[in-house]
Amino acid sequence: MSELKYTIKDFKSENEVRWCPGCGDYAIMNAVQRTMAEMGIRHENYAVISGIGCSSRFPYYMSTYGFHTIHGRAMAVASGVKCANPDLSVWVITGDGDGMAIGGNHFIHLVRRNIDINLILFNNKIYGLTKGQYSPTTDRGFKTKTSPFGTIEEAFVPGQLVIGSRGNFFARTIDTNIKLSQEVFTEAAKHPGTSVVEVLQNCVIFNDGIHDAITDPQYKADRQLILRQGEPMLFGEENQKGLAFVKGKLKVVTIGENGITPDDILVHDATDPDPSLHLALVNMHLPDFPVAFGVIRNVEAPVYDQDMETQISEIKKISNITCMDELLHSGNTWVVEDDGEVHSSEGCRRH
Amino acid sequence: MKEAKVIELEEVAIRFSGDSGDGMQLTGTLFSDASALLGNDISTFPDYPSEIRAPQGTVGGVSGFQVQFGHKAIHTPGDFAHVLVAMNPAAVKANARFMNPGGMIIYDRDAFNEKNLRKANFQTDDPFTECNLIDYNKIAVPITTLTQESLKDLGLDNKSILRSKNMLALGLVCWIFNRPLTYIEEYIQTKFARKPLVVESNLRVLHAGYNYGNNLQHTTPQYIVNPARIEPGIYRNINGNVATAWGLIAAAEKAGLPLFVGSYPITPATEILQALSERKDLGVKSFQAEDEIAGITTAIGAAFAGNLAVTTTSGPGFALKSEAIGLAVMAELPLVIVNVQRGGPSTGLPTKTEQSDLLQALYGRNGESPVVVLAASTPSDCFWYAYKSAKIALERMVPVVLLTDGFLGNGSEPWKLPVMKDLPEITPRIARDPAVYKAYRRDEKTLAREWAIPGTDGFQHRIGGLEKNVAGNVSHDPENHQKNCEIRKDKVERVVEMVPDLEVCGDDTGDVLIVGWGGTYGHMLSTLRELRQEGKNVSLAHFNYIMPLPANTAEVFSRFKKIIVCELNLGQFASYLRDKVPGFEYHQHNKVQGLPFTVKELKAAVNKLLED
Repeated sequence: MSELKYTIKDFKSENEVRWCPGCGDYAIMNAVQRTMAEMGIRHENYAVISGIGCSSRFPYYMSTYGFHTIHGRAMAVASGVKCANPDLSVWVITGDGDGMAIGGNHFIHLVRRNIDINLILFNNKIYGLTKGQYSPTTDRGFKTKTSPFGTIEEAFVPGQLVIGSRGNFFARTIDTNIKLSQEVFTEAAKHPGTSVVEVLQNCVIFNDGIHDAITDPQYKADRQLILRQGEPMLFGEENQKGLAFVKGKLKVVTIGENGITPDDILVHDATDPDPSLHLALVNMHLPDFPVAFGVIRNVEAPVYDQDMETQISEIKKISNITCMDELLHSGNTWVVEDDGEVHSSEGCRRH
Repeated sequence: MKEAKVIELEEVAIRFSGDSGDGMQLTGTLFSDASALLGNDISTFPDYPSEIRAPQGTVGGVSGFQVQFGHKAIHTPGDFAHVLVAMNPAAVKANARFMNPGGMIIYDRDAFNEKNLRKANFQTDDPFTECNLIDYNKIAVPITTLTQESLKDLGLDNKSILRSKNMLALGLVCWIFNRPLTYIEEYIQTKFARKPLVVESNLRVLHAGYNYGNNLQHTTPQYIVNPARIEPGIYRNINGNVATAWGLIAAAEKAGLPLFVGSYPITPATEILQALSERKDLGVKSFQAEDEIAGITTAIGAAFAGNLAVTTTSGPGFALKSEAIGLAVMAELPLVIVNVQRGGPSTGLPTKTEQSDLLQALYGRNGESPVVVLAASTPSDCFWYAYKSAKIALERMVPVVLLTDGFLGNGSEPWKLPVMKDLPEITPRIARDPAVYKAYRRDEKTLAREWAIPGTDGFQHRIGGLEKNVAGNVSHDPENHQKNCEIRKDKVERVVEMVPDLEVCGDDTGDVLIVGWGGTYGHMLSTLRELRQEGKNVSLAHFNYIMPLPANTAEVFSRFKKIIVCELNLGQFASYLRDKVPGFEYHQHNKVQGLPFTVKELKAAVNKLLED
């Protein structure tokens, strides 16, 4: 694979990109294209599948095989693509409307089956393509065109759905951090099984600044915890803040205060099959906690498309039916002779 | 592909079998009497063990009762039974050699335990395979448990409770063969008039069995086929659902492609998914999806990735798949969608047959969304039409809807086995030359685009639900959209080149042409024969190709004075013909009772038209 030398240009299509100026999607696509160029996977083996929404125009801007499907169904279409051809590197591009609302059922079942697909969920907490209605990830009370007095429903936290669906890979990144995005996309691609990456994405037109509280340069260090495998969960201007269990609960602590030492700080292990701490990390939100970024969960588990292949090859080994003609003649058959005489197949003669 | 076969419920032989103490004789007698009261001719054959009570559970202790009933004169109880009711494993062993190939076996699942298997001297835990009863329709019913459950609050001891097991079997069989319970209820009430508790318990269990059948959802009556003349060859019994599954596997093998099925269980189509799931040995990739929509969309994904892709369903599921069928139309991918029709609308009559999804198949989508529509006409020719559907889809890059129905799907008939090498070739339109490839470049003759499979270099392209130009880029150009709508329509219409001419059974001209389509063929043909034997000047034209229609349809119609379209809906094919083949007066005979036609009613309809 070392002869594969692609650049980001190899993954751009000739189509003019038509997202709004300043849209977070540009940066995300840039990170995806960089990731693909460096994965060591042949260009023709990439397939990018999307549903409906702004983000779902993605395949048209890629030079790979691509399929822009129908609203909410990208997860299912991609499942078929991967099972039909497990050699492909299959990527799903979806949004908080496409993947969490109309496609919610396919989302949880994809994760549950653990089909080897990389899913990037663009979360801008709004319906952009239909011009500004609330989505399943819109915070309670938020005012939109269809909730002029504020929503009266709870928002999904995508990582909770992943863990609740017994998912094995979940990462979170943000459109403005291309380096981190490329890092987690790479990890997602390497992980065998369904990998879900939530990208906090800014919709400049209908929900501008929705993630500002997290991205504000002035407070960013205190409000973002970038998790790295095997490293302590530290954040803050001088990396003096961290996460620790205090009386059995996850808390933000400061080293040097209340007797807290670096040894008290939790060390991140994304590979722990026990999802409880991963869930706690997923759930963290402002103002009491920083928001967790990076690869939160990365566990190996049986992979559906591989098991499908394995099952077929094992059954082929033990079955005495190897072609259609043999199937046709299997079981109970009988012969009608030229003279009309009928000979039944052998019945039960053992008793 | 039409063979001169008659599908007709001529006669059925049922064998009730169990321990001497299981009350099989009473069960058989009650069933026979109920049938006689329905106007059936019957013939019965009690088969007792020589001992009054041989050891329980042994082959020697098996008591059986066979009854054959039908609507014509019945002269024997039947050499072989079509249906076996087995209360224990010994009953299976004792009766295996009396079974017709491919019959139905209803058995008490609770009694098929290790102890009873040993008593009957089975070597394995699979008595059916041991008795070579492999291709039978086996219905496992928890007869003992259901009996206990329905009597749990009567304060009876277990032994008394188990004495009513036979009533559960009887109720179930009455449901399967549509016998009313009235006669049996009266018998029980009279016989046990002085034992109200016995009356109560027997009636409860009888009804529990009847209701179980009602809820079982897969025991449509088995219909028997009496070929007029049996061609020499190797035969097997096959039902329409298995034939459909096997036709698809055969097509995949012929085309040299893996077969992918994405489906969600739905009565009466589930068995196709099951039959395909069994065939891992032939490389079938079966995906039981989370819903109907995922069923078809996984299949569309598999089609994009280069497999022969299939989804199977019934009416309500087909409705859910509508948007995705539109995607397959737009993306111009090969896809077979099987709709095993049942009574509708909504949940309707899930276990009953109907032909009321025809217009849904033709038109039930947003936009101008043409697809090819085929309909199978007998259980075994489901094989051929599934095969043909796949061939058209792969060679013309178009979604194909195959309509079967509950009657065909669950019904079975003897089938002369085809030979793979004799089936027509299937040549998928796989793109070979990247220099000229464009996503929507078309064959001039067929208008089919090429199929470029992800993983092959040089053909990288994007497709999707948005309107495209030839290169595969999104286009909102008004003229381009109109042109593409017309191309997609023409592409389907040009499939007519693959459609054989409409054949007429009977004379080429005449007073009345009876027109039918799909699963009513057996009844239509029986009707035709009887009318012609009576000297009536009638012929039959039965359609398997709905969209496009055979090229000679209008010409055939023009040779008859009157045309009557008979179908199990309120006139969907008739109205379609009025649109597509104008200039004729189409009389109608329609039935929507969830039941097949009867020859009697069809004859009456045609005779009335002859007299008018």
